[in-house]
Amino acid sequence: MQVPLSWYLIVAAALFCIGLYGVLSRRNAIGILMGVELMLNAVNVNLIAFWRYVEAVRATMAGQVFAIIVITVAAAEAAVGLALIIAIYRNRHTVDVTEADQLKL
Amino acid sequence: MSVQHAVFIILSAIALIGALGVVLNRRLFRSALFLVLSFVGVAGFYILLEAELLAMIQLLVYVGAIAILIIFAIMLSRQAMVADDKVLNEQWALGWLVAVLLFAALVYVLVKVNWPVVEVAVPANSIQRLGESLVNPNGFVLPFEVASVLLLVALVGAVIIAREK
Amino acid sequence: MDYVLNLWVNLATDLYQLFLGWGLPAWGAKLIIDFVIILILVILGVLAVIVLTPMERKVIARMQDRPGPNRAWPFGLSQAFADAIKMLTKEMILPRNADRLIYTAAPILIVIPALMIYAVLPFGPQAADAELQLGATNLNVGVLYFVALGSVASIAILMAGWGSNNKFALLGAFRVVNQLIAYEVPMILSLLAVVVLTGTMATQQIVEVQSIPYLIVMPIAALTFLASAMAELNRSPFDLLEAESELVAGYQVEYGGMKFAMFYIAEYVNILSTSILFAALFLGGYKFFGLEEVAPVLAPFIVLGKAVAVFFIMLWTRGTFPRIRLDQLAGLAWKFLVPIGLVNLLLVALVVKLSANPWAQAGLLLLGNLIILAVTFLIITLVERRAKSGGAVVLSEAQNLTPAAER
Repeated sequence: MQVPLSWYLIVAAALFCIGLYGVLSRRNAIGILMGVELMLNAVNVNLIAFWRYVEAVRATMAGQVFAIIVITVAAAEAAVGLALIIAIYRNRHTVDVTEADQLKL
Repeated sequence: MSVQHAVFIILSAIALIGALGVVLNRRLFRSALFLVLSFVGVAGFYILLEAELLAMIQLLVYVGAIAILIIFAIMLSRQAMVADDKVLNEQWALGWLVAVLLFAALVYVLVKVNWPVVEVAVPANSIQRLGESLVNPNGFVLPFEVASVLLLVALVGAVIIAREK
Repeated sequence: MDYVLNLWVNLATDLYQLFLGWGLPAWGAKLIIDFVIILILVILGVLAVIVLTPMERKVIARMQDRPGPNRAWPFGLSQAFADAIKMLTKEMILPRNADRLIYTAAPILIVIPALMIYAVLPFGPQAADAELQLGATNLNVGVLYFVALGSVASIAILMAGWGSNNKFALLGAFRVVNQLIAYEVPMILSLLAVVVLTGTMATQQIVEVQSIPYLIVMPIAALTFLASAMAELNRSPFDLLEAESELVAGYQVEYGGMKFAMFYIAEYVNILSTSILFAALFLGGYKFFGLEEVAPVLAPFIVLGKAVAVFFIMLWTRGTFPRIRLDQLAGLAWKFLVPIGLVNLLLVALVVKLSANPWAQAGLLLLGNLIILAVTFLIITLVERRAKSGGAVVLSEAQNLTPAAER
């Protein structure tokens, strides 16, 4: 318990913002998905840090359960997202999101 | 400065360098490998925070499944093994600005707030308690069951979407 | 005499006291002893290659009625040294347009998880109040640590396939990772059955709880784990993708010299660690009818003896069965091992709830396992009979292909 809680939260915030930059500024759809995974990891680090420093002695273990559910959701979302990317690649032969603009006005 | 501080700094360096490698690298495969590095750093954080089960789950699910899935998708969606020429889209400057501003705001809030930290040790049977709370009706059995249905739906959906007609 | 009977623990304690006497702080002395233990485990891993490689070649040769390597002194048993010298003298190549960092890092990254598994293997009994134990550590998620590191190795294989800049290496890497991922699920199910029966994931406790070896209590879990472990290790009959006599060596095709030696070392280090884990989880680990309480110095040798026996069974399987095809391999994992593993897990959960007496649990589990095996064989014979009489049962997709000449 010697490392202050705010250090963990700052590192998690940095991971989140780097992931956010990746999502907002990359062209490749898989690159965007990797940014999303970074953001989910940052959230998990936050949850476990709070569990350890604030809640660890209570019997509900809410922090760890929440983190496990987040990991599950991330896995499901990565699977479906990558299936979509592969399906789009088969049709359009590109995974560049700036070229997927047929519905634009 | 104790050993814990030193280990924390090393682990956060690994995680952050991995994350920067993901978003700044030109070649997509190398981004995926830096993502794996970042995942391993985060698993190290979980060990430092005395949540070993979650560290092993992180390695097993993120590195052993999601990262492999991402690498497979990268390999299946490339016409040739060439480096991409354009990595960033038109709004990259705005994205950078938003990320930096958000980071500044978050750090300001995180440093200012007085978190209610409790200085006790983690109980020794935390894994048993985790298991019990996942199936306890007063605990988290509902999110647990919904998560399993979600995984089933994702499994069926991914197979149907990616199937060759 | 008493000192020798508990030699390893006494040596470690004396070393610890010696370091304390030299003025080192307690954590410094512990750190040095931990480094010594790590060094011993790493040497054990490398010894795996030196001992197991000639053993494999001689044993399989004898099974195939030929002498095997007998030129290296004595009687071919130092063949590993000869192989090592040969591999060290080969040229280090780098394929054109290959990603240099990835190509070079892949062999290194495949050895690291293989060696890390040795940290959770139990080599001896742990006294209740001793701070030192035989073995590196006793994580209370030991079994999950083993599975997690096994799945990290897949990343290194994908790196090897991609970094070679070779279509065939890449395809080989895809198929190997396909095999590895497919067999992780039955392995986890069989390990879960053991964990549910024991109540903890710590490998030391699993060994201590086994008054009857789990091989007899839960043969299905043991056999499923053995089959999945052999598939994870790419051993025959599951080694289609690195078969020396068939395809070009899959994802290792562009690697030569010391880099290939790293893949080779990783494979044998993995084999020894999986054998030791099988011995610990299913054969009773360091227990040998009470010998380990009388003479704890023999405990690591008992474990290694059991591991070599498991390795002999793997060699036996290699010398007996032909290779199975990739789609048959995937079919075996998903259509046979996963259902049987799930049924076994349900049975274990039921039996653990039904009674708390270990002998009653063992009896019920053995009965249940035998019933499951009987039902499985019944189903398989019925399916075979119906397939022979012309029914439409497809176990693998290639079964219904007619050769071109008959059309």
